[in-house]
Amino acid sequence: MADMGEGGGGHDDKKGKKKKKGSPRVDMTPMVDLGFLLITFFMLTTTMSKPQAMELNMPDKTEKPDETQKIKESHSLTVILGEDDKIYWFQGLAKDATIGDNGGITDYSSTGIRKVILDKTKEVGYNYEKKLWNLIIVIKAKDESKYKNIVDILDEMAITGSKRYAIVAFTDEDKAVIAKFDGNGSTEAAAPAPTN
Amino acid sequence: MPKVKVKRKGVALDMTAMCDVAFLLLTFFILTTKFKPNEPLTVDTPTSISTTKVPESDIMLISIGNDGRIFFGIDGQYDRITMLDRIAKEKGITFSDKQKKAFSLMDSFGCPINQLPGFLNLDGPDMQRFEQKGIPCDSLTNELYTWVLNARYTNPKIRIAIKGDRKADYKIVKNIIATLQDQNINRFNLVTGMEGRPTVEAPTAPI
Repeated sequence: MADMGEGGGGHDDKKGKKKKKGSPRVDMTPMVDLGFLLITFFMLTTTMSKPQAMELNMPDKTEKPDETQKIKESHSLTVILGEDDKIYWFQGLAKDATIGDNGGITDYSSTGIRKVILDKTKEVGYNYEKKLWNLIIVIKAKDESKYKNIVDILDEMAITGSKRYAIVAFTDEDKAVIAKFDGNGSTEAAAPAPTN
Repeated sequence: MPKVKVKRKGVALDMTAMCDVAFLLLTFFILTTKFKPNEPLTVDTPTSISTTKVPESDIMLISIGNDGRIFFGIDGQYDRITMLDRIAKEKGITFSDKQKKAFSLMDSFGCPINQLPGFLNLDGPDMQRFEQKGIPCDSLTNELYTWVLNARYTNPKIRIAIKGDRKADYKIVKNIIATLQDQNINRFNLVTGMEGRPTVEAPTAPI
């Protein structure tokens, strides 16, 4: 097919000789141009990656109180999501926050809350009977925190492999904790939290 | 020294193969492409390491804009009409066939129920220009509750996805989650973008 073409009708002015019936050579260039133009268009407009989704399970509201189990207070790590991408954390009860080196203000970086969670997980230890880490993370989000924050903290749960966590309502007690952290935050309590 | 001049001839390339490839690719892209639906609300989702995909069918999508407006949508044109009929019955509004048709073509909407008939009467360009206020979802008027409930009646298999903007206030998200929990829905999906998994050693069980 490739050698069809320019010689096509050139030499057959001799009479009697039959005209060769070849398929005429078509210039494909514009067609290819058009083809690639359309390809480019569709490639750019197409959305190949489907959005991902993370599953969120909330506790049943109608849970009976006698079914809930008590946990050791030192096994709980409360993480409060504040505004401006700040995280306040403390271990145990709210009244123990900021006492000694318990608690601090941190952020969503890999050396921030992730390190806190990993350290605390190891510190609190492992339950051989239940085959679970003892640490229970209580997530409290302030109304002013952003949707991104809650997704990020849930993501941290997945990254650090923490299976036991719960999203709990933000209360006035937590507001007091934030005030406590902000009050002497930068000097004392934030010191043990990684700052790099 | 006379140079031998080689007369350059235009090389005739056989384009057939190239053309074949081009159109093969073209066919592939035409068939796989799915145009981005015209979203009345732009949502910039946060990213997560999760790799679960959002299901394509039987899905209810609750979107939250960065201004806190809530939009709602379910898939399936037939289901949308059924859902609208239920709402109409409940609220004592009647929708014309034209309005129902317009409603069935909308992927998501964010219009309070009392504005809905007027909104559905608008023509294409006017409809896009119409500023939808978002579906009310607070303790005073919780229309989202009604929509979710009726969508679930319409399609009991429906799964729920929340697609929030990264800058949306948690307060709005909290209200939505509370609305869902009031109906005893405790499992739902949060739509996120993709993000690489950081190399972190999750603590393994000591033995």
